[in-house]
Amino acid sequence: MSAQRPPAPPVRGPMGGGPPGMAMTPSAEKAKDFRGSLRRFASRLHPERKIAVLVLILGIASVFLTVLGPKLLGNATNLIFDGVIGNQIPAGVTQAQAVEKLRASGQGTQADMLAAMTVTNGVDFAALARLLALVAVVYFLASVLAWAQNYLMAGVTQRTMYRLREDVDAKLGRLPLSYFDSTSRGDLLSRVTNDIDNISMTLQQTLTQLVTAVLTVIGVLAMMIWISPILALISVLTVPLSFIVTMVIAKRSKPHFAAQWKSTGELNSHVEEMFSGHELVRVYGHRQRAIADFDRTNEAMAESSFRAQFISGIIQPSLMLISNLNYVAIAVFGGLRVASGSMSLGDVQAFIQYSRQFTMPITQIAGVANLLQSGAASAERVFELLDAQDQEPDPEHPVELADVSGRISFENVRFRYLADTPLIEDMSLDVVPGQTVAIVGPTGAGKTTLVNLLMRFYEIQSGRILIDGVDSREATRADVRRCFGMVLQDTWLFEGTIYDNIAYGADSPTPGDVERAARASFAEHFIRTLPEGFATKLSEQAANISAGERQLLTIARAFLADPAVLILDEATSSVDTRTEVLIQRAMSELRRGRTSFVIAHRLSTIRNADVIIVMREGRIVEQGTHEQLMAERGYYYELYQSQFAEPEQSA
Amino acid sequence: MNSLLGRYLRPHRLVLVLIAFLLLIQVITNLYLPNLNADIINQGVITGDIGYILRAGGLMLLISLILGISSVIAVYFSARTAMRLGRDIRGDLFRRVESLSLSQVNALGVPSLITRNTNDVQQIQMLVMTGLTMMVLAPITAVGAVIMAIRENAQLSLLLIVIIPLMLAVISIMVFKAIPLFKVMQVKIDRVNQVLRENLTGIRVVRAFNRTPIEELRFAEANADLTGTTLKVTRIFALVLPMLLLIMNLSSVAVLWFGGHLVAEGSMPIGNLTAFLAYIMQILFSVMMAVMTLMMVPRAAASADRINEVLGTVPDIVDMPHREIPDGERVGHVVLRDVSFRYPGAEESILQGIDIEFLPGTTTAIIGGTGSGKTTVVNLLPRLLDVTSGSVDVSGIDVREIPQEELWQSFGLVPQRAFLFAGTIASNLRFGSPDASEAQMWEALRIAQAEDFVRALPDQLESPVDQGGANFSGGQRQRLAIARALVRRPAIYVFDDSFSALDYATDARLRRALRDSTEGATVIIVAQRVASITTADQILVMDEGHIVGRGTHHELLDSCETYREIVDSQAEAAEAS
Repeated sequence: MSAQRPPAPPVRGPMGGGPPGMAMTPSAEKAKDFRGSLRRFASRLHPERKIAVLVLILGIASVFLTVLGPKLLGNATNLIFDGVIGNQIPAGVTQAQAVEKLRASGQGTQADMLAAMTVTNGVDFAALARLLALVAVVYFLASVLAWAQNYLMAGVTQRTMYRLREDVDAKLGRLPLSYFDSTSRGDLLSRVTNDIDNISMTLQQTLTQLVTAVLTVIGVLAMMIWISPILALISVLTVPLSFIVTMVIAKRSKPHFAAQWKSTGELNSHVEEMFSGHELVRVYGHRQRAIADFDRTNEAMAESSFRAQFISGIIQPSLMLISNLNYVAIAVFGGLRVASGSMSLGDVQAFIQYSRQFTMPITQIAGVANLLQSGAASAERVFELLDAQDQEPDPEHPVELADVSGRISFENVRFRYLADTPLIEDMSLDVVPGQTVAIVGPTGAGKTTLVNLLMRFYEIQSGRILIDGVDSREATRADVRRCFGMVLQDTWLFEGTIYDNIAYGADSPTPGDVERAARASFAEHFIRTLPEGFATKLSEQAANISAGERQLLTIARAFLADPAVLILDEATSSVDTRTEVLIQRAMSELRRGRTSFVIAHRLSTIRNADVIIVMREGRIVEQGTHEQLMAERGYYYELYQSQFAEPEQSA
Repeated sequence: MNSLLGRYLRPHRLVLVLIAFLLLIQVITNLYLPNLNADIINQGVITGDIGYILRAGGLMLLISLILGISSVIAVYFSARTAMRLGRDIRGDLFRRVESLSLSQVNALGVPSLITRNTNDVQQIQMLVMTGLTMMVLAPITAVGAVIMAIRENAQLSLLLIVIIPLMLAVISIMVFKAIPLFKVMQVKIDRVNQVLRENLTGIRVVRAFNRTPIEELRFAEANADLTGTTLKVTRIFALVLPMLLLIMNLSSVAVLWFGGHLVAEGSMPIGNLTAFLAYIMQILFSVMMAVMTLMMVPRAAASADRINEVLGTVPDIVDMPHREIPDGERVGHVVLRDVSFRYPGAEESILQGIDIEFLPGTTTAIIGGTGSGKTTVVNLLPRLLDVTSGSVDVSGIDVREIPQEELWQSFGLVPQRAFLFAGTIASNLRFGSPDASEAQMWEALRIAQAEDFVRALPDQLESPVDQGGANFSGGQRQRLAIARALVRRPAIYVFDDSFSALDYATDARLRRALRDSTEGATVIIVAQRVASITTADQILVMDEGHIVGRGTHHELLDSCETYREIVDSQAEAAEAS
């Protein structure tokens, strides 16, 4: 649509029809206000707060039980160990005697160990059975609680996402058109699709993990300190070590990731261009060069992604190494301490299990922190959208617009897109039902501004626009828009069949209505040449039919709507002459008895119009009939001379 | 997917063997650690041999280092292999698309082709990358751990007969229930995004037709649908993960119970009990890891299908053996004989019984309604499409018997959509003739009435052109596209509605300049305005795939009803002439 748009940051349309948001962009984006966005997002969980508290309690209980397990298992090992050692002491010798004997024979260490134990005569299987039964129950309960926690949490996250998507969609319905015109479409699309997907992913992956991981770290740490503060210290030391290693490696891989994104971007745009201009690439013999260019970028991309992947891939083995070092340290120190009797074997075994459980959630938390960053950035962008100013709501007691005859009056209308740039100042115009108003002016003169005002896509600043004597602001927007039928050059079709797209014009048309509309708009012929006729599925960009054919479909859609007032944008190039002849005939048939506003390019339309509105640089500069305006010898006269007077004929 | 991976992994098979070897080292070392730990307990702790504990500890350290080094090398090779594989698939995809005909490219869809070349390949690449490390490592570890466990104590290993099938059962619940749901979920995410996208792009139409409530309903439906599926998937996971954990933990309990008896009987040293517990954990962890990476498989498989679809598309327009231009035949002489064209599966033909002769040194104009087949006719000449029946001869040879690259050299095509490529004005003008001199480019710009505005740009020929030519107006793009064709100095010019964005004065000046510079060439103009074509040597009037009139402007005014209709509809000024 060649509308005069309010000045906006340069808008880059998705050229070549590439699906927006398809380009892979680095997710390293950071939120401007990480805490604020996170807090606000947390407030969206408010309706779920009771369940959330329950989830937390379940989580704490489940982690507590899980953490208890290894210690209890360690005790079981001790029971066995006690029994085994007890068996080695000859019958009739007490433990104290055995210790003495060991010391006397110079085996000091073993004596110490034995002294610290409460040996039993053989393994006490009854006690072991009781203990193991307890562990089994503890583990079983832990899993049941974890399941309940996850189950409830799934509901919390999914319902929250449902509400967020719902809110965003509802918001899109309430935002004024000016918002859409002044925001880059690609950016908006990426907010409502990519960002929301990203939030959903973050929420699903982080929330439960984060809660469990943090609780586990705390629980495990507590157990470790309880069992042996010294060994706990060793394990805790590995944490900063892991962080440092991760950070150093990540920092080194960063430039390679940057190079990877850069060449990925280059490759994507090269592919997009070459595929979009396929026929040119072929006929202009550019194929070999296109392939050579592709290979070069492809090679660079493969090289930089290899480096990035390799360097960042070192992180995992490094962490594994650190964790193994930790394991070795515990095995050795633990072994030494058991031997010296200051620690039981079962505790060492429990400790090994704890140390494994300790490193895993820590790496998890590190990963989650990254995800949270990008999730918060996305949430922030979505919140910005949700915070945008709504359009003014419809009046509470609207005047009903029914059986409109099509009388349109502008009374001292004043309108500006920007407060300091005058556009329409004090415009008055009275259109009698059935009259045709031609809007003329060069491209970019703001002819669609009038459409925007009539349809109430934009609100006027002062004055009134009356439909059959009713101020259009006193009616609902829906009622106002029902009065109008619109055919713009900016054809919009949605993914669905041709039939559905035409049927969009009315509430519940019959197949006969749809076919009649197609016939009336001369779209029927081309529809029948398509493999599946009316049932042909249009792709999202409707790339499978030509621009002219798309226009025919939108005309058919307007035919079906059967409005009191028509707003037509006469085709310039997309519908060719012969089709336009047919359309014009059909249009004049349709226009009979209807008021119409025509953004006119054809001289015949202009000359036959009841009123001509001449626009220039967004403003209405002249207004009158053809004869009046020609007599004025003003801008219209100039325009007429330059655009419609035939250049000298050489024939 | 297997065939795709098989094909592209084959060149890397030696590296794959190396990676497998490295992974084996990792597994062995990883499994050896608990074994040493058992020794520390059995021979160090119990006997109080501190020296032994330290020696074994040193050995464990060494083994950890070997493990670390071998995994870094493995990462190196797997990253390299995965990235090269991605590069090769992308290269082949790009080459294949470049060799497809226009109708094939349109049938596959440009946006979809772009996604296939980027995101889909990315998916495969990531799968291979993690596959080569995690997915291979996991089963090897599992098998290795089983062997080690049996070595520690065969009797106790019987427990594995119970545990492993139990785990597999739980995992297969996930594989068979959750993974198909993931596919469904992706479809539903796409659906939600599509509805949103359509609402955004069609915002004016949606509001004009008061369809906001209906669109909201459509969205709510898609949204609820997605939420329902996602909930199902996450709840399966909510059950499966605690179940796996429970199996793992209960296994430890069982090991201690049965192991306790064995130790008491004296048939197993107590240190082995600790080692056995460690092995059980390793087995279960590796199974879990494998499952995690398995989650990537369905997405990658869908990507592989989409990639295979392109790689499996055989170009329908291919080169035939070359033939020489017959004697006495003029270059640029184009003849269409009884041509018809129909898209595969279409109800009606787009063209039927078309006979046309385009002579060198003359201008032929084609005029007609939308869908009358004008663009199809000109697309047949450079074989962007192939005829369904009949034949097209260029310079006396059937186009199907001319190597395409050679055929295209005769054409200067200006398509309906004035598409410019990102780069500079010069790079666009040199698009079809890389060796064009600056003088040649300026000459082309002069003829195309583009000289003035290019001269006015600060960087002139080196001025940047944004993607799609977005930084130029429609009229400027059209003139640059015309200049691009002129630079080639081809034998045949095809202007497909290329003057539509020009005002009358520029149009007239351009046509005059063209007439001089295209002397001797075959000029074909698909036009909208009668004024643009009144001076053509031959005008063809098309209607619904047929030629309904041919002749000069004046002849047609007398003889052709359709032509008169078109003329009548044009501005009165044209009528007057």
